[in-house]
Amino acid sequence: MRILGITLVAALALAGCSGAKVGDSSGGGGSGASCGTFNLAVNPWVGYEANAAVISYLAEKNLGCKVTKKDLKEEVSWQGFGTGEVDAVVENWGHDDLRKKYIDDQKTGVAAGSTGVKGQIGWYVPPWLAAAHPDILDWNNLNKYADQFKTSESGGQGQLLDGDPSFVTNDEALIKNLKLNFKVVYGGSETALIQAFKQAEEQKKWLIGYFYSPQWLLSEVKLQKVKLPAYTAGCDADPEKIACDYPDYDLDKIVSKKFADAGGPAYQLVKKFQWTNDDQNLVARYIAEDKLSDEQAAKKWVDANPDKVKSWLPTT
Amino acid sequence: MMAAVIEQPATGGFAFRLSRNRGRIVLGVLIAWLVLWLVTRGMGTLPLGPSQLTDLHRGLNHVNDSIGANRDSSWIFLYFFNEIRLFVDQFVVFIQSLIAQPSYGRPVPVIGWLGVVALVTFVSYAVANIRVALLAGVGFFFLGLQGLWRESMDTLALTLAAVIISLVIGIPLGIWAGLSNRFNRLITPVLDFMQIMPSFVYLAPLTLIFLIGPASATIATLIFAAPPVIRLTAHGIRSAPHDTVEASESLGSTKVQTLTKVLLPAAKRTIVLGVNQTIMAALAMVTIAALIDAPGLGKTVVKALQTLDVGTAFNAGLAIVVMAIVLDRVTTAAATRGRRRPHRTVLLVVGAATLFAIWLSYTYVWAADFSDDLNIGPTIAQATGDATNWVQTTLSPVTNGIKDVFTSVLIDPLQALLAESPWWLIAAVVVVISVVIGSVRAAIVSAVCLGLLVVSGLWQDSMTTLASTLVATVFTMIIGVVVGVWMGRSYHADRIIRPVLDAAQTMPAFVYLVPFLALFAASRFTAIAAAVVYAAPVAVKIVADGIHGVSGTTVEAAVSAGSSTWQTITKVQLPMSVRALTLATNQGLIYVLSMVVVGGLVGAGALGYDVVAGFSQGELYGKGLAAGIAIVLLGVMLDRLTQAAANRTGRGVAT
Repeated sequence: MRILGITLVAALALAGCSGAKVGDSSGGGGSGASCGTFNLAVNPWVGYEANAAVISYLAEKNLGCKVTKKDLKEEVSWQGFGTGEVDAVVENWGHDDLRKKYIDDQKTGVAAGSTGVKGQIGWYVPPWLAAAHPDILDWNNLNKYADQFKTSESGGQGQLLDGDPSFVTNDEALIKNLKLNFKVVYGGSETALIQAFKQAEEQKKWLIGYFYSPQWLLSEVKLQKVKLPAYTAGCDADPEKIACDYPDYDLDKIVSKKFADAGGPAYQLVKKFQWTNDDQNLVARYIAEDKLSDEQAAKKWVDANPDKVKSWLPTT
Repeated sequence: MMAAVIEQPATGGFAFRLSRNRGRIVLGVLIAWLVLWLVTRGMGTLPLGPSQLTDLHRGLNHVNDSIGANRDSSWIFLYFFNEIRLFVDQFVVFIQSLIAQPSYGRPVPVIGWLGVVALVTFVSYAVANIRVALLAGVGFFFLGLQGLWRESMDTLALTLAAVIISLVIGIPLGIWAGLSNRFNRLITPVLDFMQIMPSFVYLAPLTLIFLIGPASATIATLIFAAPPVIRLTAHGIRSAPHDTVEASESLGSTKVQTLTKVLLPAAKRTIVLGVNQTIMAALAMVTIAALIDAPGLGKTVVKALQTLDVGTAFNAGLAIVVMAIVLDRVTTAAATRGRRRPHRTVLLVVGAATLFAIWLSYTYVWAADFSDDLNIGPTIAQATGDATNWVQTTLSPVTNGIKDVFTSVLIDPLQALLAESPWWLIAAVVVVISVVIGSVRAAIVSAVCLGLLVVSGLWQDSMTTLASTLVATVFTMIIGVVVGVWMGRSYHADRIIRPVLDAAQTMPAFVYLVPFLALFAASRFTAIAAAVVYAAPVAVKIVADGIHGVSGTTVEAAVSAGSSTWQTITKVQLPMSVRALTLATNQGLIYVLSMVVVGGLVGAGALGYDVVAGFSQGELYGKGLAAGIAIVLLGVMLDRLTQAAANRTGRGVAT
């Protein structure tokens, strides 16, 4: 034991004689005194991460902000407006309940305009199925195939796989009101949905489920949307009687009231930030499939799109 | 419940023999149930759709909203919660700046990787022995090799903070509960609540009270992690030998003297075991706390799974497992060490070397930052990713068939029986069975729990969840008995299997759920499989412990009398570890219940889904809370019932 100890000390002493010292080359933080700290919520899906990656990259590199990214679920992020822990949410899917609570009632959040990305919710099938039975893309023909969609969970009816509990779903009402011989089965997480669709395409399995775009999986597996009765304004007023498709969502940004009132450079950036589904999908693919870090992905896109970026930044 | 973990099956005795009468009554009740079920099927099942709410749920929503609205004006926030938050925040940040985060104007933490590895090795050597110390050193070095040094240290900092606060609060409470029966009765349901209540239910309110940051993450962790040390401390004090205590009192010792000189030393082993359980529980919260921005390995897991990157998630999960095994072995060795202490001079030399290593890691970059050249993380991720893909594509046709058969033969019938019986019929059956196999007290508890389940508005969901829970518990026990007996009889099997069990217990569930989803689709079966993976290790360990505790001479006597191995196991070893078997069932149930929410994420629906949805959608918050309470009610009911049954069996054996 003693010998071991002595050898250890000797080895460490030898090793210690060389090498760079801590603090030899001080990194030196950027000095953007005017911006200060910018608390950016990051909700747990890749599309959001893409928005947040680009915004925080620009805020750090061009505005000299100190960006603190916080990984949070939606509701918790909105709560953060009131407590001063969160300055901005940069991709919001509707969420009328949260809007009412935090923008209208508590007045701690304010809308900061569209991200330019259009969100779509609906029923999707894997591409092989759409190719083999093109008529499946019309809801009128779904009952014909209900038997094929049966699983151990759907009790004799066809299975409609619902997933992420974060989004509002009208699927139970839709099935009832469109008189479909289907049963909603709650997968319970986005992971469960993605895995199901991926596997359905790989193994040519029958699957119909709730999904949404933009989503990184769509660049890998081109899921096809099933046509439901078209959405018209007000057709979803009574949740019990819904018999129409989901509306298109204009994905927008929400910021805390304090952050907006202060009107600093980070707020201006968030407010002006606007791009397209294709832009977001590209950055999301860098992150999800090319496994780039958020910063590398953002840099790659920013370097390739100087014009868009310029319009979001203050003119100096 | 936890307290009983270390109880040895002292009362050995002869048989787990339900008295024949009781067996007949239970059978009669079950037959009557089946007959009545055929007639009343579908009546009074109290269903509630996934998006439907009751007045109670809406009321709970209001409570939550009013907390948010009042947080700036109420004095309880200004002078109480805010102070707690400040203190906890600073405590965590202090530990982080020591080992994890750049601090005090330096680009690196105060102690770099070399210092931490040396320190961990030294401490392990000082409190345990050289073998464990080497394991600890190698284990922590491996965290660096995985390319996860900083993440691991963040996780360690948060875990340490939560564990230290748990101990500071928990040990005194445990002592009190050990000394006072009244306090013990008062705190037991509170501890049940803390352990069984799904953390998804209190995460959002916590961030409202303690804001987003280290304080909320630490407090969420400690709510789940503190109960074991409280229970085990109380248990240790209670099981101190009676004659010693009496002797001490008759010699005129004061209460304080008896406590510090007799009770605490006698309970030391049990208390350290409680510390061990608390550490394990804290590590189990790593991924969940990541949902409210807790730094560390949990974030890596959550991020990787957004893109189904099982390999990367596995690598981070493996780091959690390694850390858990190191901390487990060190604390266990510290608890069981005999009188042999390390030699003082050796300790001094190693201590000096450690100080030198810490100084190096403070001064030199190579000893502060773990070199990226040694990063084998991507290799691990790649290999597991490939292996998972292979398994998924090769096995899934077979496994899906297995799932279908199991579901239709086992899960569907049981669920039909429970979820489609009228509520009053089930209530009557459960209460009668509680009286017969348990006690009148257990029956009262069952009746109250069932009544509250009706009030919660989630009766049918509760019954669906109960069906899955029972199936999962049966499988847990089958594995528990088979593997436990094997481990109890063979030292070598124990040594090989134990790390696997530790891994199954501490690997974040979602890492293996992704391949499970591919193998069994989103279904109740997947949820059950996940629950079994998590719960079986506990059952196995307890059973193995029980079998191991059967006296060697009895077994030898049986063997020399000509018993075959099978006879020795079934006629001697299993009957003599009946206490361990009932305890394993009890713990298996509780662990299965703690996976209900995870099940909700992979297709189990029912209560688990209600909780998950409540965490994600503001409008459903109240319903999620009610579902969380329903899970606690199921847990308390099943726990009290199995305990009462166990006590009864114990008594039956004694007389």
